[in-house]
Amino acid sequence: MIRVVSPGLLTTIQDEGRYGFQAYGVPVAGAMDKYAYRVANMLAGNNPGAAVIEMTVAGAHLFFEADMFVAVCGADMHGKLNERPLTNWSCCKVSAGSELIFGYADSGCRTYLAIHGGIDVPVVLGSRSTYTRAEIGGVAGRALKSGDILQYGNDGCERPQEIALEAQFIPTYTSDILLRVILGPQAEYFTDSGIQTFFSNKYTVSLEADRMGYRLDGPPITHKKQADIISDALCCGAIQVPGHGSPIIMMTDTATTGGYAKIGTVIGPDIPALAQSRPGQQVNFQQCTSEICDSVLQEQCKVLQKVESFITNTFKAKTKNFIIKIDKKVYNVKVEEV
Amino acid sequence: MQQVRILQLGESALIVEFGNIISSEVNRKVHRLAAILQQQAPQSFVELVPTYRSLCIYFNPTETARADLEIIVQGILNSDTEYDCVDKTRRIVHIPVCYGGDFGPDLEFVANYNNKTVQEVIDIHTSQPYLIYMLGFTPGFPYLGGMADEIATPRLKIPRTKIPAGSVGIAGNQTGFYPIDSPGGWRLIGRTAVKAFNPTAVDPFLFAAGDYLQFDSINLAEYQQVEYQVAKGTFVPKVEVIDHRGEYL
Repeated sequence: MIRVVSPGLLTTIQDEGRYGFQAYGVPVAGAMDKYAYRVANMLAGNNPGAAVIEMTVAGAHLFFEADMFVAVCGADMHGKLNERPLTNWSCCKVSAGSELIFGYADSGCRTYLAIHGGIDVPVVLGSRSTYTRAEIGGVAGRALKSGDILQYGNDGCERPQEIALEAQFIPTYTSDILLRVILGPQAEYFTDSGIQTFFSNKYTVSLEADRMGYRLDGPPITHKKQADIISDALCCGAIQVPGHGSPIIMMTDTATTGGYAKIGTVIGPDIPALAQSRPGQQVNFQQCTSEICDSVLQEQCKVLQKVESFITNTFKAKTKNFIIKIDKKVYNVKVEEV
Repeated sequence: MQQVRILQLGESALIVEFGNIISSEVNRKVHRLAAILQQQAPQSFVELVPTYRSLCIYFNPTETARADLEIIVQGILNSDTEYDCVDKTRRIVHIPVCYGGDFGPDLEFVANYNNKTVQEVIDIHTSQPYLIYMLGFTPGFPYLGGMADEIATPRLKIPRTKIPAGSVGIAGNQTGFYPIDSPGGWRLIGRTAVKAFNPTAVDPFLFAAGDYLQFDSINLAEYQQVEYQVAKGTFVPKVEVIDHRGEYL
């Protein structure tokens, strides 16, 4: 059991997201940075869809009332476990009575804390993800607050061990990011020069940047005639451009439908970088095709497979198998470093 | 047949667009494609989102090739399947509404704006079922079509910051109601105690896109009765089922 002493700026329970109800107007929600989220669950020995704690810019202060393994990934919030620095992108054992205190992220925006077994909150419409606007998922449909008690669940699948991820798998959060974009579905609503403006200029993440969407400031993208369309579907990554010409990139809490022309969609594999960006940061857009995106997706799958085998191999290196004969009976004995 | 377009929405969704107008005929094509896909190729997509004039098909690009999905969609569009394999009925879900008073602070404005009496506005608003073109904005929020122009009223200039769940309103020639508390600029004419979105219920949504809503006028005592039943979980909405060739279509 974990007690929330103080929650930090915006701390919610998230998982892969809530699928199957967008036709009813229910957003997908889920972890904003799926890479950090997935790696955190791997390090904690969890099933891929386990619920974790997502912290934003300033982290939480937590008190552990039982022994457990925790993994922390994403922006480095300089977590301290009983006043000793905690390595980011690692899994470690936390003893009952420990305090884990996160500070501010000096780069990046979101940090994921996975507990072995996952966070056990009620499943609402197939997911534990918090969607605060409709008050569903997580703890009572809201961000965590002081005094909340979190239980761990049954989503553990591997025996967790203390392990730190290799540097090659750890992204750096730069102040300048490149987002690849597939044009459409309403690229025809924009002038050629508008599309050129969009791809050839830097845009700045504005203060209006949250789980629902990121509004960017920069040279206005010009429409041929109007910016309004008959509302149609919106997904995470879709770039709406209202009449003022500033792009809004929809994020995982996006409404399921929207009424502004969409110039294009940021490809899924590039969303984690955007999810880790903060107001004031620079964004460049680059045109991409779905064929290019397919190979990027394959690359991303390979990276996650490598992370998985790195974790498995590290465990193996800490394990030795012995065959022992006692009274003519053969025993297979596995000795693990703990 | 009007030119159907298949558009890209990122790497894991495509949009099949049937036109660029709001009409029940176009919307019916959207729902028809959704129903046939649901029946013939449920393994090829993750989820379907019908909107006014297009169907968004979400798929997993690591499992389904976009080109293959497009072939399936083209096959359905080219075939004359029409209604043959589609559910032939339509649902009309009745929503009991208490009009005016504290629940409908803008009812008199709507009446005055349109040179009608309050009762006339209520009679017109409840005179026919409205097609649910799509759900969006917030969970369970219905985008309805077909309200009479004679009670159309512009939105508030300054939106209210919090509109209570169940509020029934008019915005231009649109009508609808708010399933959850939300900000909004609609002219509020009444309220229903019925919950369109109840996440913990066995059936979390009262209606789906493609259904019809019929508003029925009730008095305050009846409203309180419905409110009580909703709280107890015993409320059963009145639902009529009509043939797809019925006069409402």
